Amino acid sequence: MSVVVKIPTQLRAAAGGEAEMEVQGATVQEVLEDLFERCGELRTRISDEDGSLRRFVNVYVAGEDIRFLDGLDTPVSDGSELTILPAVAGG
Amino acid sequence: MAVSHLECRECKARYALEALYVCEQCFGPLEVAYEQDGGARDVGELRRRIQGGPQNIWRYADFLPLAGGPPGPSGRLASRVGLPAGCTPLIRADRLAKRLGLREVWVKNDAANPTHSFKDRVVSVAVTRARELGFETIACASTGNLANSVAAHGAALGLDSFVFIPADLEEQKVLATGIYGTRVVAVEGNYDEVNRLCTELCADRDWAFVNINLRPYYAEGSKTLAFEIAEQLGWELPDRCVVPVASGSLFTKIAKGFEEWRAAGLLEGELPRMNGAQAEGCSPVATAFAEGHDICRPVKPSTIAKSLAIGNPADGPYALDLARRSGGSVDAVSDDEVRAGIALLAETTGVFTETAGGVTTAVLAKLAERGDIDPDERVVLVITGEGLKTLDAVKGTFETYAIAPTVDAFQDGVPQTVTV
Repeated sequence: MSVVVKIPTQLRAAAGGEAEMEVQGATVQEVLEDLFERCGELRTRISDEDGSLRRFVNVYVAGEDIRFLDGLDTPVSDGSELTILPAVAGG
Repeated sequence: MAVSHLECRECKARYALEALYVCEQCFGPLEVAYEQDGGARDVGELRRRIQGGPQNIWRYADFLPLAGGPPGPSGRLASRVGLPAGCTPLIRADRLAKRLGLREVWVKNDAANPTHSFKDRVVSVAVTRARELGFETIACASTGNLANSVAAHGAALGLDSFVFIPADLEEQKVLATGIYGTRVVAVEGNYDEVNRLCTELCADRDWAFVNINLRPYYAEGSKTLAFEIAEQLGWELPDRCVVPVASGSLFTKIAKGFEEWRAAGLLEGELPRMNGAQAEGCSPVATAFAEGHDICRPVKPSTIAKSLAIGNPADGPYALDLARRSGGSVDAVSDDEVRAGIALLAETTGVFTETAGGVTTAVLAKLAERGDIDPDERVVLVITGEGLKTLDAVKGTFETYAIAPTVDAFQDGVPQTVTV
């Protein structure tokens, strides 16, 4: 599956300045792994040591928060969009 | 207490005082840090300085994150600039206390702000900082009250504004926003979706989203509620505060205000017990509190308390920590209890609050009933918004006697005894 990952401004320097990247994977976990393969620095920025997402990172598949889906196991379809955003906004 | 830098609450990384809100290293929230003057300052002089200041939040400018001090040609003129917030009444609510079996309850009525909610405090600070940083357009993601305030501040200061709201908001809140000449964007979706959209928009626009890229400054405005409560109580701390929780920002920053004044020597004693109030239809923080979790699982909100309908609360972990370390709690009440809370406050104090205030009042009633509150405690109930903005919530809750204009009709049609 080819998936477009939208990179938040805070991480673009660690992603070669890109605002979005096309990566491969069938689940959110696989998509993120492929992203980390390409941009190693991103791993520590958004993942904890145990591989889960840091608590102030939100990930959306087609606009839906993955915590309402299957978390990192959420399947992604070909051509879908995965968005990484900071969680500290609003209120 | 001069403003110094922005600091990540999680990893303590430091950033310049720009329009930044997220730590690039760990994604933690950035907060404003101040230069500590080591308690060297004379407390009496500091008190006199505050008391001699304008009758609005700028009297606390020493504790707010502005590089240039209070806005306006001079500190004295500050209260004439823009749309100053604050200095709202703190009312001794003996009839409410008696009804609940308590001795001392105070109502902080923040509906008495320029756009009738506490949001004027945070927006005053955020917008003033936005102007210092050179922004010409202000914006926000809002559950209603913030939209009112951002639109009005834009009008008062001549700034362009965009406000983003969930499409199903109360009509009163939409009308009380659009009239200021802003651009109201009604987004198909709930607040969390509006917030996500604005976070994305914020990245590529040179706008000051008050609760996104200006959030560190914005959040500091909530401390002024604590400062006022303490000053109005004669420079004393209450024993307990009951505060509504949506994102958790207000709740945590009220405590921060008390703590800063304790550190400055302006107040003595313990941090008040902090009780957070949520509606059952959107209670991620209350649920996590009850289950002993450190983080909140997001929910899809469904409650009449739309101003508190944030399913993914940014400051949830900090709200949980505060409730626990202060000996408080975070509780939730049903929509029926919210309506009853609005009526209870109105009937015993003469203050008509919106649904969020119904939530807070109902939680106070719940705590009192549960026996959590020692009768000798001094309790402050923080009322954040105005009943006229959520009129649907009280429709059909009382009887109107329709009569012909005759004495007989009155005698026959209206009960003549009233219970007070």
